[in-house]
Amino acid sequence: MKPLTRVPDAKGRFGPFGGRYVPETLIPALDELEQAYSHWRNDREFIAELREYLANYVGRPTPLRRADRMSAALGFDVYLKREDLNHTGAHKINNTLGQVLLARRMQKHRIIAETGAGQHGVATATAASLFGLSAEIFMGEEDVRRQALNVYRMRILGAKVTAVASGTRTLKDATNEAIRDWVTNVRDTFYVIGSVVGPHPYPMMVRDFQSVIGREARRQMEKLTGGPPTHIVAAVGGGSNAMGIFHPFRHDPVELVGVEAAGEGLETGRHAASIAIAEPGVLHGAMSYLLQDADGQIQPAHSISAGLDYPGVGPEHAYLHYSGRARYHTVTDREALEAFHQLAEWEGIIPALESAHAVAWVLRARERLQAAGARVLINLSGRGDKDVDTVYQLEGREG
Amino acid sequence: MAVPRERNSGTSALAEAFRRAGEEARTALIPFFTAGYPSLADLPELLHAAAEAGADLVEVGIPFSDPLADGPVLQRAAATALAGGVRVDAILDTLVHAKISLPRVFLTYVNPVLRRGFEHFADDAASCGMAGAIVPDLPWTEAGELRQAFSARGLAVIPLVAPTSTDAHLVALRSATGFVYAVSVTGVTGARQALADDLEGLVGRIRQAVPLPVAIGFGIATPEHARAIGQFADGVIVGSALTEAIMRRPQAAAEAAYAFLRPMVEALAETPRG
Repeated sequence: MKPLTRVPDAKGRFGPFGGRYVPETLIPALDELEQAYSHWRNDREFIAELREYLANYVGRPTPLRRADRMSAALGFDVYLKREDLNHTGAHKINNTLGQVLLARRMQKHRIIAETGAGQHGVATATAASLFGLSAEIFMGEEDVRRQALNVYRMRILGAKVTAVASGTRTLKDATNEAIRDWVTNVRDTFYVIGSVVGPHPYPMMVRDFQSVIGREARRQMEKLTGGPPTHIVAAVGGGSNAMGIFHPFRHDPVELVGVEAAGEGLETGRHAASIAIAEPGVLHGAMSYLLQDADGQIQPAHSISAGLDYPGVGPEHAYLHYSGRARYHTVTDREALEAFHQLAEWEGIIPALESAHAVAWVLRARERLQAAGARVLINLSGRGDKDVDTVYQLEGREG
Repeated sequence: MAVPRERNSGTSALAEAFRRAGEEARTALIPFFTAGYPSLADLPELLHAAAEAGADLVEVGIPFSDPLADGPVLQRAAATALAGGVRVDAILDTLVHAKISLPRVFLTYVNPVLRRGFEHFADDAASCGMAGAIVPDLPWTEAGELRQAFSARGLAVIPLVAPTSTDAHLVALRSATGFVYAVSVTGVTGARQALADDLEGLVGRIRQAVPLPVAIGFGIATPEHARAIGQFADGVIVGSALTEAIMRRPQAAAEAAYAFLRPMVEALAETPRG
């Protein structure tokens, strides 16, 4: 295992990845954000306030428990970190609360965010509502159509949802539009990015806010088993749940496994596995790996899981791949769907389709993990209620 | 592609264009065209129409799938061009073979540039007789490598300054070449009803720090806008409004461009420089 240097560096670089590739208009705003964040992250009151909201509003610490029937079936120990039990149903709220608290300290009264399936949009709308801030959520027209209930949830929470009609009309274009809004309203608006992507300091800041997952998991595993797990497995779209659980374990002898969406199969070209392809480029303000053609035009991603349906990945994941500290694998739509059912049958937990990708890799790697006497920790990043309709449309009506 | 080492390097072609306009006591007009809109075959004629109308230099846009600094009109032009199958190689080929009298710069986003590689892209630009490039999502602090590749070939990486830009940014631009692209508003490209307040103040700040011509872009739509800006800036950039004019008559794109640009040139010619 290679020792990691402290990342990001002062320029927001994770090795060759990261940085700031945005219009000049936004550079002063990013400087301001970086300064505010590095000040408040060390402020006792800020830390205490965030901790109180995470405990009594979100419901942290989330449970971590051995999945008994799954462990028995697979022949090795599997533990689940239950981010699905957070308020709003996924890990996203850890980050949106942190950023919205920061926005308040920075006297920014308007919140904007991008969203794909709507999970980050709902988590942002929730945090904005909690503090009486106005929120505008950008969502691709295609996603607005597919995720009508989440759109309605955001509206119930008082947010304005703006449908984005450009490009592929999905998360990528919603992010472009959020950046365009930020460029326009930069002086009074705080942009709450939903994953470990975007220009510096976002990948670092979102990682830090999500690291509460890994810090808790570290203590909980210690208490349950006397030490860290042998493997930590998490789904990777932009990569915030994975980075949140990986980061506090980065110096431990733990194999970090990120699972990308292979969609209909890497060979079909209809997938969302940027790291598997490993072609560097710049999207949404950072250098990382992304799906692109020979001219550098961004290619549409595909996954059954809307939360993984993104043609890029956080720069720190690119760095963890590049440095060899984490390993990245892919899982197809079909495998994720099987794992979705399997976990429900074994454990009485319906996972989000995103999280089902992590479960699916563990099922596939069963023999190897069993032989190694593995003790596997899966980050169950979200609950599957939001996906029941999708799964029903795909197969439920047959049965 | 071979790299012709022109005696008149790109950077000096830009300086010459501004000097000539300055001698005639007028502000330079800088139209922007998306290569591939309405079709790539239109590009040479559009550039010719710009020269005929009296433009001083031109920006040639290499379309990108995710143009986050652009408003709806230029997004649509780029999307249409890409949907029509325009490739970077074809754009370069068109420019190499077109007879173009005006100094010209590329405008594109950083990912297509990275994909070719900075050195390779600089060779491409030189082969096409370009004088430089504008890359709106490559801020000055990240642009060192591209500047090196360009300056080795006598080409300019055009710096952008926004209303939010700090003095430290302006100071960093002392080593810049070509001209300064002053972004008139916090926002994306696109025609606007009214010009932003205190553009003259922004230009003044730039002039104090950077010894280069200053051109203003974003939101400039009419001869009246051009006339107002012509009183204090060295160049006026028009993109979205020009593209909208072409969108109204895509079958006669060059004519539409000429008809749009000519009144702007006339407005600038009548405007005394302050």
